[in-house]
Amino acid sequence: MKTTLAACAAVLCALPFAGLPAFYETFLYLLLHAIVLATSWNVLSGYSGYFSFGHGAFFGVGVYTTAALAGQRGWHFLWTLPLAALAATLLGVALGAVVFRVRALRGELFALLTLAITFVLSTIALNTVDGGPGIQVMVDIPKIAPTPSGALYLLMLTAAALTLWTAYAMYHSRFGTGLFAIRDDEDVAEVMGVPTYRFKLAAFAISCALAGLAGGIHAVFVSYVTVAETFSIALAVNVVLMAALGGTRHWLGPAVGAVVITVLLYAFTSGEAAVAGRALSGLILIIVIVAMPEGILGQLLKRFRKAPPKRAPLAPSRAAPRSRQEASGELLLEVRGVAKAFKGVQALAGVDLEVRRGEILGLVGPNGSGKSTLINVVSGHYAAEGGSIRFEGKELVGLPAHRIARAGIARTYQIPRPFPQLTVLQNVALPPMFGQVVMHRARAEEEAWRWLEFTHLGDKAHRYPGELNLHQRKFLELARALASRPKLLFLDEVLSGLTPAEMDAALRLIRAIRDQGATIVFVEHVMRAVMELTDRVVVLTFGKAIAHGVPAEVMRRPDVVQAYLGTAHA
Amino acid sequence: MPSATLLGQSVLSGIFIGSLYGLLGLGLSLSWGMLRQVNLAHFALAFLGGYVTYQLAAVAQVDPFVTLAITVPAFFALGMALHWFLGRFSVTLLNTLLVTFGLTSIIEAGIQWFWTADFHRMESAYAAARWKLGPLFFSLPDLITLGFALALSLGMWGVLRFTDMGKAIRATTEDAPIAAAFGVNEKLLGYLVSGVAAAVAAVAGLCLALSHTLAPVQIYAWMGVVFAAVMMGGLGSPIGPLVAGIVIGVSEAVTMAVTAPTWAPLVSFSLLIGLLLFRPARF
Repeated sequence: MKTTLAACAAVLCALPFAGLPAFYETFLYLLLHAIVLATSWNVLSGYSGYFSFGHGAFFGVGVYTTAALAGQRGWHFLWTLPLAALAATLLGVALGAVVFRVRALRGELFALLTLAITFVLSTIALNTVDGGPGIQVMVDIPKIAPTPSGALYLLMLTAAALTLWTAYAMYHSRFGTGLFAIRDDEDVAEVMGVPTYRFKLAAFAISCALAGLAGGIHAVFVSYVTVAETFSIALAVNVVLMAALGGTRHWLGPAVGAVVITVLLYAFTSGEAAVAGRALSGLILIIVIVAMPEGILGQLLKRFRKAPPKRAPLAPSRAAPRSRQEASGELLLEVRGVAKAFKGVQALAGVDLEVRRGEILGLVGPNGSGKSTLINVVSGHYAAEGGSIRFEGKELVGLPAHRIARAGIARTYQIPRPFPQLTVLQNVALPPMFGQVVMHRARAEEEAWRWLEFTHLGDKAHRYPGELNLHQRKFLELARALASRPKLLFLDEVLSGLTPAEMDAALRLIRAIRDQGATIVFVEHVMRAVMELTDRVVVLTFGKAIAHGVPAEVMRRPDVVQAYLGTAHA
Repeated sequence: MPSATLLGQSVLSGIFIGSLYGLLGLGLSLSWGMLRQVNLAHFALAFLGGYVTYQLAAVAQVDPFVTLAITVPAFFALGMALHWFLGRFSVTLLNTLLVTFGLTSIIEAGIQWFWTADFHRMESAYAAARWKLGPLFFSLPDLITLGFALALSLGMWGVLRFTDMGKAIRATTEDAPIAAAFGVNEKLLGYLVSGVAAAVAAVAGLCLALSHTLAPVQIYAWMGVVFAAVMMGGLGSPIGPLVAGIVIGVSEAVTMAVTAPTWAPLVSFSLLIGLLLFRPARF
């Protein structure tokens, strides 16, 4: 594998010295140019799901930086390339710093925003740097190859190698895993410990830098830049088309798509044929979107995927890493006067709550009493509007959700929210990679296997969550929450919707979790389970905690009975 | 600072161009707000409508208004076909953007193949008619555009507001499965809305042909600004795009008069970006 790669690289580097007609160098240059643009688009848009229609804008910033500095001011061309990348990066970071803070700006809204950015930048470029007629970029091309076209080819080859390496490294890193989780469910990713804002910003910066670099080289290649040609929507859409065609969920997918589209467009360049070529690329786009949502490469990988390695079950001793901690009485979580309102509905009206290390605390209350909202506030999904939440003495209010996860708090969702496009194993391996102790993928998967065995999902490890039934998905939620080895675990109605037999299995599991020493806040309507499992209960109604104490006593109190069943009239 | 007459004429032309933005935005807003489809091909359809009108009026000597008898039903059918396709393959909202872009490329290529990439201007009795009122000029094609935009937007608003069918459409927009559970035939309504949206594109095409030169590349020129109008006006709102379109049109025209014409696109797109950043929850 390594030697093949080295041989390919050597052949590609030696090409300009073989004395081929310039046509080949130019064609290969365009091919590499397409690969750089499609792949650099993909590291933000494909990986994180933020589809950008503004890639042309960042490419354009690179083109105009080099055109202005090298073409107008006479700077040395090579020096302008890092600046072209830098200018595009700065712009992307400035934009991302604003845009990624707005929670609702996802999907098609982000796409339209980036489209609008393209128009704004092209208007600014037209009225300032360019001035209308375009810029001539006649510069000395460094003599690294016998011909100028050969030299530009080598420069773009370097850029392509850099881009593909970046995409590959990201894909296989913790960073890439986090981005893919963002693509599937950003809110859950954040709660699982992924620093979503920082990751998106970093991916955007990398994407822009590579596009800017390609733009800088391309300014010299075209030698005459105009706003209409540079900031074209066609470029932005072609990039999306290439990536979607090849497959956005793989690092190499966009490059495959870029090759196919470039060869295709090249086959239809002259006059009449160009029109047919455009129609054909439109048709391909439609067919790919409706028939091959995973792209050519995605489809191929699916077909020829090797059977995943089977794993021997782990020794049971390894599944019980900690011995049961006795309830120590030490304060772990202290909630004081926490409030949260939704458009005037006071979901939490000053809740006070204490969780002690090693206990199972039952959190009960009628529907709409604020139990799930409390979990959402403590885990950082909603910001508290007053009060304080202290975990091991540290204030949590105001911290982003991923910091709270890293502090050692995990949760399950009442309606399971697995990452749909990650396998069961990848789902469970995600939190350990972003938990209290940051783990590499291999270690995290090791950990994930342990919890899959623990929840009896071992044989489903390579399936996708969509193939599981409800009780398996609930167990997947449990495994995912446990995998980060939380100090405090919120279980949000894990038993609801299960059959009595499945419920027994779940209860056995929760008991096993308790025996390993986790502190658990157990939100549940099934009273049998509450009475059986919890050390203490807190009753919530209308966003306030009205009672707490030993389950058997609390549940007999008249105000608690009234909260559940209403006032007695007999 | 430009003279009062120039400013007045700018505001007036802003209103007229804005009414065309509104007319183009109406169909887009309907299909986005009600069918959850972002139909980029709407612009290509409008231009196709313009070219068909041109062909019938300039070559076959049919009165431009009579051509509506052909284009409106034909486009209604096209809209239904598009809806069938998107529904058949359950295309997601983001993917409708990509699929309809593909469709745009196909229609654009078709137009270029049949009518070439050259500019075409439809000559008709209407195009020449213009009047002077005080210092300001009015032209008939502009007034026709404004008339169509007002009539269709208000008519659509009336249908949605006062008829049972309109109520059913609004209910489907809010929650399709629940509306269906209460006996609304949401499938049929989807076809209807999609057909109407495309039929409006045919009318917009007539207005384009009357007052503008036609060229395949122009399809893309309208996209950004009309999107700005649709989003500002509120998705699914029949009146919103027209009002927002006129606001954008006037501010663009005044910008052109005060500074250089090349700065005009900055206005609408800055408005759109500001709207997306500060009021994203509206969409």
